[in-house]
Amino acid sequence: MPTKVHMEALSPTMEEGQVVKWLKAEGDSVSQGEILAEIETDKATMELVARGDGVLRRVLLEEGGTAPVGEVIAIIAGADEELGDLPAKDEAPEGAGREKEEPAPEKEEAGAAREGSQEPKTPPAGEEPSEGEVEGVDDGTQVKASPLARRLAQEASLELSRIEGTGPGGRVVKRDVEAALEARVEARPEVAAADAPRVKGAAEGPEFEDVPLTQMRKTIARRLVESLGPVPHFFLRITVDMSRTLEARERVNRLLEEDDGKISINDFVLKATAGALARHPEVNAHWNGDSIRRFGRVHLGVAVATEEGLITPVIRDAHAKGLLEVSTEIRELVTRGRDKKLQPEEYTGSTFSVSNLGMFGIHEFTGVINPPEAGIVAVGGIEETPVVVEGQVVVRPLMKVTMSCDHRVIDGATGARFLQTLKEMLEEPAAALL
Amino acid sequence: MRETATKKGSLEGFSREEVLNMLRRMLFYRRFEEKAEEGYAIGKIGGFCHLHIGQEAAAEGCIGPLREDDYVVSAYREHTQALAKGMDARHVMAELYGRSAGSSAGKGGSMHIFGTEQAFMGGHGIVGAQVPLATGMGWAIKYRGEDRVAMCFMGDAAVNQGAFHESLNMAAVWELPVIYVVENNEYGMGTAFHRVSATRVEDRSVAYGIPSSAVNGQDVLEVWRHFQELVGQVREGGGPRFVEVRTYRFRGHSMSDPVSGTYRSKDEVTERTERDDPITLLRDRLFEAELLTQEELNSLDQEVRAEVQEAVDFADSAPFPDPSELYTHVYSCINEHGRLFFDGRDR
Amino acid sequence: MAEITYRDALNQALAEEMERDDSVFLMGEEVAEYDGAYKVSKGLLDRFGELRVVDSPISELGFAGLGVGAAMVGLRPIIEFMTFNFSLLALDQVINSAAKMLYMTGGQINIPMVFRGPSGAALQLAAQHSQAAETWYVHAPGIKVVTPATPADAKGLMKAAIRDDDPVAVMEGELLYNVRGEVPEGDHVIPLGLADVKREGGDVSIITHGKTVHLALQAAKRLEKEGIEAEVLDLRSLRPLDVDAILATVRKTNRAVYLEEGWPYVGVGAQVAATIQEEAFDDLDAPVLRVTQADVPMPYAKNLEQLAKPNAERVIAACKRVLYRT
Repeated sequence: MPTKVHMEALSPTMEEGQVVKWLKAEGDSVSQGEILAEIETDKATMELVARGDGVLRRVLLEEGGTAPVGEVIAIIAGADEELGDLPAKDEAPEGAGREKEEPAPEKEEAGAAREGSQEPKTPPAGEEPSEGEVEGVDDGTQVKASPLARRLAQEASLELSRIEGTGPGGRVVKRDVEAALEARVEARPEVAAADAPRVKGAAEGPEFEDVPLTQMRKTIARRLVESLGPVPHFFLRITVDMSRTLEARERVNRLLEEDDGKISINDFVLKATAGALARHPEVNAHWNGDSIRRFGRVHLGVAVATEEGLITPVIRDAHAKGLLEVSTEIRELVTRGRDKKLQPEEYTGSTFSVSNLGMFGIHEFTGVINPPEAGIVAVGGIEETPVVVEGQVVVRPLMKVTMSCDHRVIDGATGARFLQTLKEMLEEPAAALL
Repeated sequence: MRETATKKGSLEGFSREEVLNMLRRMLFYRRFEEKAEEGYAIGKIGGFCHLHIGQEAAAEGCIGPLREDDYVVSAYREHTQALAKGMDARHVMAELYGRSAGSSAGKGGSMHIFGTEQAFMGGHGIVGAQVPLATGMGWAIKYRGEDRVAMCFMGDAAVNQGAFHESLNMAAVWELPVIYVVENNEYGMGTAFHRVSATRVEDRSVAYGIPSSAVNGQDVLEVWRHFQELVGQVREGGGPRFVEVRTYRFRGHSMSDPVSGTYRSKDEVTERTERDDPITLLRDRLFEAELLTQEELNSLDQEVRAEVQEAVDFADSAPFPDPSELYTHVYSCINEHGRLFFDGRDR
Repeated sequence: MAEITYRDALNQALAEEMERDDSVFLMGEEVAEYDGAYKVSKGLLDRFGELRVVDSPISELGFAGLGVGAAMVGLRPIIEFMTFNFSLLALDQVINSAAKMLYMTGGQINIPMVFRGPSGAALQLAAQHSQAAETWYVHAPGIKVVTPATPADAKGLMKAAIRDDDPVAVMEGELLYNVRGEVPEGDHVIPLGLADVKREGGDVSIITHGKTVHLALQAAKRLEKEGIEAEVLDLRSLRPLDVDAILATVRKTNRAVYLEEGWPYVGVGAQVAATIQEEAFDDLDAPVLRVTQADVPMPYAKNLEQLAKPNAERVIAACKRVLYRT
């Protein structure tokens, strides 16, 4: 039986060896235990001994040549023995394939072990909060809070930074959140973080960004669904003083008189909503089940009543369109909608929706979210209402806007900030130009 | 006293067939270990790998006279003892290769060869720790009223462990059917026995009143004869026995240790391997008695090599354990309630 | 239900299981003629004979290993350590042989045996005789550990341990042997891996095992007077560990105190605290605190010993800290 002579591991750390000298030549007879060659290892020159009897039939590695451990570098066999398919000098020695030969499972196993290595079930505290509203305080330092307090505050849309902690070192703990809830300390809406992605124009930037769900987001989603049904709604209401929008509408319509155009209050609302959404991509979003899709463009769905029910035509890239453009487009869509002439692409693909029942004399109402969208604003009619301004009772045209939010996507403070922007844009229409 | 060949066809009371079988098996052990050595050298076998080369007569002569259901427990230089007890060379080699077809499914390796079907009970890696285990098997034999024997192999260094002394005491007190076999190969790793031992190996059981004896471990016929007698005594309720089998290790302590060095000279190793090779010694006596020719020996060796090669081929082509095997065999009973594993991994 | 001592409950469990299964035997120091150093095996020698109730020499490593060897060939040994302090001598056989045997034989040989005896401190026994051994045992995969605190649990867990096919350490307590309690009649077996709420409460969870269950109940009683309802969860089994029960009590009270006799470093409480923060982080209103033995060898002097041991005051203080009521 032929004996393969391998490059052997002659030191514990040796990975390859160099033949310094063959002490036997092809054709020499050798017996087991005889020294065949001197091998230079990573440490020293060692002797390679024969592991079989016979004749050194083939030398596959010249003196000075290097081979990895395990490679066949010579063949010992009987003088006349058939060598069959054993490697000859010119063939690639099988050992060149030690890598190849190396059974894959070993590596896979190591890989599997790595993959399987301990992963905390909850992400490290530092990276956990997906949005800044619960965490952030003005000076950017972290609020000390117990994990439970953090969770409760987030669920209740309370800002931790606004809750006084009574635990050690001012830690906000469960009882503090409960106290805050009892006192109805509402989180003050803040403007979106300065570095939040903004929508610039129709053609700019990616169509949308998918935000992976953090563990916390998943937990919130699951728990809220358990509590409220498939889409866990909550509602935020804000009152808007429409004085300046009414003035602006009057001025604009005067300019447009000759064109037979007429801008409605609803057109202003749509334009302002699109503008506010562009500034709050966290609201201009879809719930995708395993992620949240934030859109870089605003495709605004507008709920329209028809005789057969509701249809929601879509103003594409509403954020990038002027007031007149929005006005013309919606009027045209509504007409065709009532005539049932809308193409599917004209009533699908909205990123957020608006429903306005003000023209029906409705003061305020709540809209039902159109999944997978994360929210809808429901707009009531404008009412002359006495209000106190600087100590004086004055009458102002007020309009109530109610936002329905999918809590899996939008937290209280997030929605509140969006509404705040919307309100600003309607109370100061010039702001929409900024 | 060695008998000479009195009649054609026998040697010292053993038939030609018996002796040729011993020779064939010792050759098989030798070739097996050489292949293990080669497998280690080319990176197919890893970890610690302790070879029995030079000590084959101890495996053959001690285990040969045992019954199939007698227990054998050993330490970590146990490949050939496992083979002698009847384990399939393919499964032992596959275990050395760390493959799923190995006797311990690739989870034990060189130091943990087990074959419960052959009553080969390991394969233990802590010096002397197998001695209480063998004693426990002796206890179980007595408890059940069986006529089995438990044979416990250990190296000379084990007789300085507390576990050894505690075990011999209990075996003597309870008259357990255990044969304690010390394979004295003169070195505990790189330390000569006499340098760290106050008394001789064969004196170590005297304090416990266990009959002690010593045999030339390179003479397989002497070992066999002696153990045949001891096994009979123990099986008949004679209580424990203690034997020193005097032998010599031809290789380093393990594959990662030098054959010779500061603790023993190259000359010493050369002299002893030439003089005391148990296979050569038996071969020469067979030649002398004209019970074997060189041609017969060559063909015997070819057969044995082919058989060992088959084991190597089997091992090398066997798959590695499935990664999922990482998590099996930790507990035999996964309780219905509660958590047993805390690494946080899916399993 | 009869009210009996913890000692008698164990005695019943041993006797019933030996009656039930011929392969079960008890071996250890003083277990036979002396009736057991703590009289747990009283009367068993007369009933089962000297092959099944065996006085061993004082050779913990040797007879623990003998037990493993007997288990390797199918017997079901119960190895008694007079106390688990002495089992440190035997740890090589416990860990290297018993716990790893199944794995390194590739599933060929399981070890159906029990190591039992008292663990933890008694009174003024000083450094070498007063230590809780749970951590050393529970650390190694392959072994199971139970720590009964009441007579009923002692009987039920001992029987389950003897019937289990893996090595199980049953850790008792010298100060528990005289504790009386009701034990259900008949074949009372408590599965391993089931914790037990020993007292319900909604404000704070005291999680513990073994002897300190009684200390936890004392502390809870005193907390009640201050209007604090503590829940006491007795783990009963440390491996398998009833993680569901741990998480449930934490989710209920949002705060946990681990109480144990042993040292804190890598103690059972360290594992439980790690598990809680890994799996119930968002339910915590406070860090998990531990009440343990002082991190010193046990002193002899009575006053120092009392200072070293966990006590009700420390438990109460820890509960108040996690309740932010300091």
